[in-house]
Order: sequence, then C-alpha cells, then structure tokens
Amino acid sequence: MSDIPNELSYTKSHEWVANDGDGTVTVGITEYAQGSLGDLVFVELPETGTKFAVGDPVAVVESVKAASDIYAPVDGEIVEVNEELADSPERVNEDPFGEGWLFKMTVDNTEQLSDLLDAEAYGDIVEAEED
Amino acid sequence: MTERLIFEHSRPGRRAFAQAPASAPAVDDLPANLKRESALGLPEVSELDVVRHYTRLSQLNFSIDTHFYPLGSCTMKYNPRACNTLASLPGFLNRHPLAPASHSQGMLACFHDLQEILKTVTGMSAVSLTPMAGAQGEFTGVAMIKAYHEARGDTERNEILVPDAAHGTNPATAVMCGCKVVEIPTDADGDVDIEALRAKVGPKTAGIMLTNPSTLGVFEQDILEISKMIHEAGGLLYYDGANLNAILGKVRPGDMGFDVIHMNLHKTFSTPHGGGGPGSGAVGVSKRLRDFMPIPVVGREGEGKSARYRWLTEKDVPNTIGRVSTFMGNAGVLLRAYVYARLLGREGMTRVSEFATLNSNYLMARLKQAGFEVAFPDRRASHEFIVTLKKQKQQLDVTATDFAKRLLDYGYHAPTIYFPLLVPECFLIEPTETESRETLDGFVDAMVAIWNEAKADAATLKNAPVSLPVRRLDEVAAAKSLDLKYEPADDARSAA
Repeated sequence: MSDIPNELSYTKSHEWVANDGDGTVTVGITEYAQGSLGDLVFVELPETGTKFAVGDPVAVVESVKAASDIYAPVDGEIVEVNEELADSPERVNEDPFGEGWLFKMTVDNTEQLSDLLDAEAYGDIVEAEED
Repeated sequence: MTERLIFEHSRPGRRAFAQAPASAPAVDDLPANLKRESALGLPEVSELDVVRHYTRLSQLNFSIDTHFYPLGSCTMKYNPRACNTLASLPGFLNRHPLAPASHSQGMLACFHDLQEILKTVTGMSAVSLTPMAGAQGEFTGVAMIKAYHEARGDTERNEILVPDAAHGTNPATAVMCGCKVVEIPTDADGDVDIEALRAKVGPKTAGIMLTNPSTLGVFEQDILEISKMIHEAGGLLYYDGANLNAILGKVRPGDMGFDVIHMNLHKTFSTPHGGGGPGSGAVGVSKRLRDFMPIPVVGREGEGKSARYRWLTEKDVPNTIGRVSTFMGNAGVLLRAYVYARLLGREGMTRVSEFATLNSNYLMARLKQAGFEVAFPDRRASHEFIVTLKKQKQQLDVTATDFAKRLLDYGYHAPTIYFPLLVPECFLIEPTETESRETLDGFVDAMVAIWNEAKADAATLKNAPVSLPVRRLDEVAAAKSLDLKYEPADDARSAA
C-alpha cells in the first residue's frame, strides 16, 4: 500500500491537492501515480495566468512507459509552476508529495474543495486498482 | 559479440582502391566560398573492413527473418519474398515518377486493380492510395470528415469522439485537424461504454474514431448500435485500420457503417519497412465522402483490352481535399501490397484472418493454462490478446519490462509492452498467421521458464538481456540526455 498523507485531498485521477490557506492550492501527483507511471522523463507545465475549469487537462507527465494528462482539481488560475521539474522531472518520482509538486492555482469556487476525496476514500480507489 | 562503429575501424590512409572511381570529375569551377576547407571526416577503411563490419551488423539483427516477432501486424508481418521480387521488375523499378500516364499503363493498371481489391475487402465505395503511411491516412480521413461537414454548412461540428483504449495517433489526428477530442470510457468487457457514448454524442459531434477489433484485442460487440447512434446524430465513423488483419475477408468496415477507413498496407498487406517507413496509409471512403477524396486516384476508361488508365485530378474530383503527397504515395509499397493481395486471392485473404485469429487464441489458451492472467478472459481473442503481469509484479516484483527483456535471451522478440495503457503491466501479443504451432509452443515454454526464474531469483530478470551485445538500457537517460553525435574517443585511433 503506498503512502497517502491524511492532510491532503485527492482526485480519482490521482492528483493530490494541498490547501495553502491563502485562496490557492498546490497540486501534484500521488505516490501511487508516480509508481504506476515509472521514471518520469518530461513534465509539461502550464503558463502562469492561464485559467482552467475543473477536469481540464492542465499539465502532462511523460514517463518511459506513457504520457498522462494532469487535470485541474478545481476552477482557477495558475499562479506558480514548479520550474525545477523542467530539468529534474525525477523529483516527482523521488518526492511526489514534496519537491515534486507540479503547480499552484487559485480556487475560484471553494465549494469544489469539498468535492475532493479524503485520504481514506482515495485509499479505497488505489486498493481497487491494485486488485 | 559487439561491433564497433565504422568510424572506429578507421585508420589514416587506409583505402578501398577497387571501389574508387577510375576518373574523378573535375570540380575546379566551384566558387572558392563553396569549397570545403577541411576534410570530410569519412571513415578510412579497406574493402574487407567494410564487408566484415556490415556483415557482422546484419548478424546482430533481431528481426522477423531470424526470430519469432509477436509484435505482429502492429509492426511487421512476414514479407513474402515473391512480393519483393515482382515489385522489383525493371519496368516498375526504372519508371520515372514523371513519366506520362500513356507510358505507365501497366503500373496504373496494378494500382487500379489494388484500389478495386481494397474496395472489395473493406466494403467501401472508393479508395485513394496516396497517403504515405498510417498517420497520414488518419489525417486524410479526418480532413475528409471535416470537409464533408463544412460542405453542408454544418460548421459547428468540431468534436471527435475517441475511446480511451485508442491508439495515441487518433486524438493526435483529431487535434491536427482542428477538432476537439472527447474521450469515451471502456466498459469491463473491453467494449466502448455505450451509455457514456450516448451522453457525449450530439450536434457538435463530427465523428468517432474506432479501432475494431480494438487495441484490447476484442471485437466491438455493439458496433452496429454505435454506428446507428453516430449517424443519427449527424456524425461520421472513422475506422482505424490498425487491426484489419483480424477481419480480412470475414467482416467489412463498410458493412459496419464506417464512412472512412485507413489501411496500413505496409503492415496488413505485408510489405517490408523499417522504423518510420516507407509506408502506405491508403484510405477507403463511403459514398458520403467520395467527393472529398485526396488526389490522385487512378481512373479507368473502357474495359478489357481497350481499358485505358489515367490519374484523376481536381477536374474529376472538384471537392477533393487536395494532394497529401507528391505523385502516388509510396509506389513500391503499393506494388508489393498488390502482389500480396493477388497471391492470396479472395480465399487466401480469408485464411489470413482465420489463421491469425486461430494462432492468437491458441497462444492465449496455452498461456492461460500455464497460469498467466489474460486481461479479458471471457472474450474470444481477435488476432491479438493481452496478458497482464500484475500478479507477477505484486508477488515477485518483476515487471512486464523484465519479462520482455528476458524473452530476448530466449530468442524471442518481445511483444508490445505497456500498451494499451488501460491494462497494467501488459503484454499485447500478436503472433500473426504465418507462425507454426511449434513456434507458439516454444514461446509458451519460454514464458513459463522465465516465470520460474523469477520465482527462484528475480535478479536474473532484472539484469536481462544477458546474451545480447547491448544489455539493459537506461531508458530514462536515453530519453533525457540524447547522444546523437559521434565523437571519437581520444584513444579511438590508437586502440587495437
């Protein structure tokens, strides 16, 4: 069973979401997601200032096996992206919940945060996929 | 056994005199600013150095001519030698691409015949041979779908529906043609999720791109319902011909309601090609799309001995989407595909799909018997099927990559791995129609032996391949730090 920190929220598509408390969230992919993808070779991040609606493809992570879209967990505008990943996509593999974060975005509609999954509900999804 | 680069065989002043031109043409009239100032940097080697180098390289090939190659028609089937021989007749080989139709009647007759054969095999109304490869065939197909809607003033249709099991080229094609991709999920049996599809179909639907049998190796059970639903909504159906090998002579995309199909003639019709080509992505269309076909198409006037062939142009097909390649696509590939089709004939064409499917189902049953987990155990395999090595990964920490690499040591090319993405740790296995039962049994034995090795000591697999000149590659480094330019090592010239 992979690591699923309790303090984070999650999506069905394996993004984690941290509420930064200042009207923005930080988004990355989970330990389980990085493990399934394998070693990342490329991360394509959005321009800051771009607006997305929940469920829109925001970024792309590419591993030796596959390229996968990363979806916006809420409606909002990109305020910062993790520039370090351009040269070191392996950070996502090494520290998915920390240095491997992908982007920060504003939360236009705070109600959408309560639609996200808690650690337990996300754990059930991972377990179902691992069966 | 490994082989050094030809540059590493180089020694100053070594020459192959017998190969040198007897008299070098004078180039004294070149302006000084166009002349090289330094030497060209070509390897300096003897004739025998060259012969040995390339002979050794050819012996390192891991190919369908030397090994079982379960990538199948997805990559390359066995290429009958007769196709190559006949397509290389001097009349074909030496024809100038600009030769007028009056001097190319034989070649045009072959292409016209090939168009007719492909129409019959696919159940389409017309065929254009001109796209150069599969991806271009796809582009051509969706461009025709767009042209069709635009010609009707139906300009709001910009959504292309693509199942999540599709080849990556399908959404890429839709985007290249300026459409929006709408993804359709797959149900537990591997079919398109009909209810999810129904929810996405509407007045913006330009069309749907389907592969049938799908990339999951199963035949879409509700294809007629899907085609009715799309047509009723005003959309068109695109058939990705990647898996045409499974249905040749059995069922026809035209009869399923498809409006356009691309065929990978270099795969399904068995022509030799290296990575990247030359290919042929011929397209077939329904009546709805006839007017939009890419030119040139070969037309015939008259019958029998008085038949005359000519290129159809904009005058004949005024609404054509235009040219997608110069001349006629890859003429040599088309000729080989034509000979292949003629060698098979109508009955042989049917036996291709029968034996491809039989071999696939036999291999699937034997692997299942040996304890391997099949992704869709309740479905009959088409010409290919999927094994998931999820269990092996969980229990033994060996992955599909490890199995694939170890298969090379056993003398088998690895099948497609990690595609389709929907199935974890997957092997997509396509034996094709030309393999014998003994070969298939040998492959099963190798898979079982590898599994036993994994149980005994997983490290054996992690280091594989151990018997090949190149061992396990660092795929991350290969993708991230490209090393494309040869730089002689300091000691290369002095090394033995």
